[in-house]
This record gives sequence, C-alpha cells and structure tokens, in this order.
Amino acid sequence: MTAYTATVTIRLKRGVLDPEAETTQQALERLGFELDDLRSTDRFEIDLDAENSEAARDRADEMAERLLANPTIHDYEVEVSGR
Amino acid sequence: MTVAVLQFGGSNCDRDSVRALSHLGIDAERVWYENGLPENATGVLLPGGFSYGDYLRAGVMAARTPVIDAVCEAASEGIPVLGVCNGAQIGCEAGLTPGAFTVNRSARFQCERVHVRVETTESPWTRGYDEGDVLELPIAHGEGRFEADDDTHERLIEDDRILLRYCDAEGVVTDDANPNGSRDNVAGVVGEKRTTAVMMPHPERATLPDLGGTDGAVLLRGFGATSATV
Repeated sequence: MTAYTATVTIRLKRGVLDPEAETTQQALERLGFELDDLRSTDRFEIDLDAENSEAARDRADEMAERLLANPTIHDYEVEVSGR
Repeated sequence: MTVAVLQFGGSNCDRDSVRALSHLGIDAERVWYENGLPENATGVLLPGGFSYGDYLRAGVMAARTPVIDAVCEAASEGIPVLGVCNGAQIGCEAGLTPGAFTVNRSARFQCERVHVRVETTESPWTRGYDEGDVLELPIAHGEGRFEADDDTHERLIEDDRILLRYCDAEGVVTDDANPNGSRDNVAGVVGEKRTTAVMMPHPERATLPDLGGTDGAVLLRGFGATSATV
C-alpha cells in the first residue's frame, strides 16, 4: 500500500448561476480591483492508502460521485499525488 | 395509519408538520432518523430545517443516512412521500426527485409569502385542486433555486411532473414572481412515482387557521389517501 493525497475539485457546471461568486466579485470591485470574472470551487484533500495511484483515483472518484459532488449542477476533477 | 415525520439533527419543522397533519385528522408522529422507518408508516414527510447544518450542500448529509434508503424503497412501493423545504433538498439529493435545489439568485435567505400555481392535479398532493389554482404559501430558504439540466427539464414537462410554479397573485408565471431564480419558476416536482413529491414552500405553515392562511391544507391532505378529507 502507498500513501496518496487525492485532491477533488468541484465546480459548478458552466451556465449554472453562482450568486455567491457574483457577490464576491462585486465586493472585490467595490474594493477597487479590476477583474473580468470570478468562479469559486470547493476543494477536498483526501489522504488515503491504496495499491496504486489508479486505485486511489478510483476511490476518490466514487467519493465525488456519491457524496462530494452533485452531478446535476457540478463538474469535478480528481488529482492524485504521493504523500 | 401513521405518517412518519422524519427528524434529523437540525430539522425544525417536524413539530409543526405533526401539528398541521393532526389538525387535518391525519395521524402523524415524529420519528428520529436513527430509529428507522416504522413498519406501519403509511406516509413519510421529510420536514424543513437545516439538517446537519447544511454542511457540504443543504440536505445531502441526511440524504445519505440509512433511513433514506428505506424511504426510497417505500416511495417505490407507492407510499406517499413529501419533502418540504430542507426535506425537498434531501429528496433531490437522495434521487427521490430529479434536479437540485441550490443557492437563491439573491444569495440571501428569504422568508416571505409567495404565490404558486398548481401545474398538475395528477398527484395525491394536488388532486384536491384544479389545474391553475393559485395558492399563497410561505417560503423560508437560502437554497431554493431549482436547477435541472435541459434533458431533465424537458422530461419533467413531458411527463407532467412539475407540481407547482411560482406565479403572481393572478396566477401568471413571471420572472418577478420567481423568488429565488428557479428554472422555469419551478417550486415543486413529482418523482418517478406520482405519490412522491418535493416542494420548497411550506404547506404546514399554511394549514392552521390562526397562522393567517390555510392554502397548504389540501396539499397535506394528500397523506389522507382514500379518507373522506381528500
């Protein structure tokens, strides 16, 4: 078994309204910053032991599918690195 | 017959729901989620509140508890299941109904009275109305914006599974009457079984006459099945 960290990044699908991100963007603009757009994401860093990186990725994928992301509104990606 | 009103940590409309159902002569009891679904349950109400503090996403933690597996099984057998507000979020997260409820367009918690139009009478919840009837119901949510992808949305329309739409007092569906930015003004939808439904407005807060409106009573009478109260 090898120790890995699986990083799951979850973002709203393109086209799905993100009122919190819009509010954050407006706050930055009020502070005088110039920006074109702002997107927020959720990021989970999951420490786990697995046979290999593929097995670690599969497990993190399933975690995203079953709990961390909602496929109706979210896309997600998984990155695996040694720990 | 007993309607099980499931109580999770953070539910806060469970007592109101039992009281409203009792007022209508429908036997109901609160059931702590860890005790499982009672075998004699003739209906399930997923009440409003903030189960698990809305951690991760509103409703998702409750939707992954074992009792919800039993609720899904009961729903597939045709036992009436209604999710209200946080219960609607739980229902969508559990796959009892399609789509998702997410952050209001305003990014704020909204507590107000709204109008909704009955879009189908093919459900126990709405069979006491005529299509197009307008109800005044309270909402109280921060994450009530209904979202569904194009295919899901088209399927809902084709299958006549949109239960309620936000509208103005005259029953006209407008963007101004949409309190939270829900797709197509959807306020409630029906599941695969027409005995399963979720809605963001609170019928249990519009059932007792002393609360200033009883437009929600007929919705809740859906639990009465064949009783004379329907």
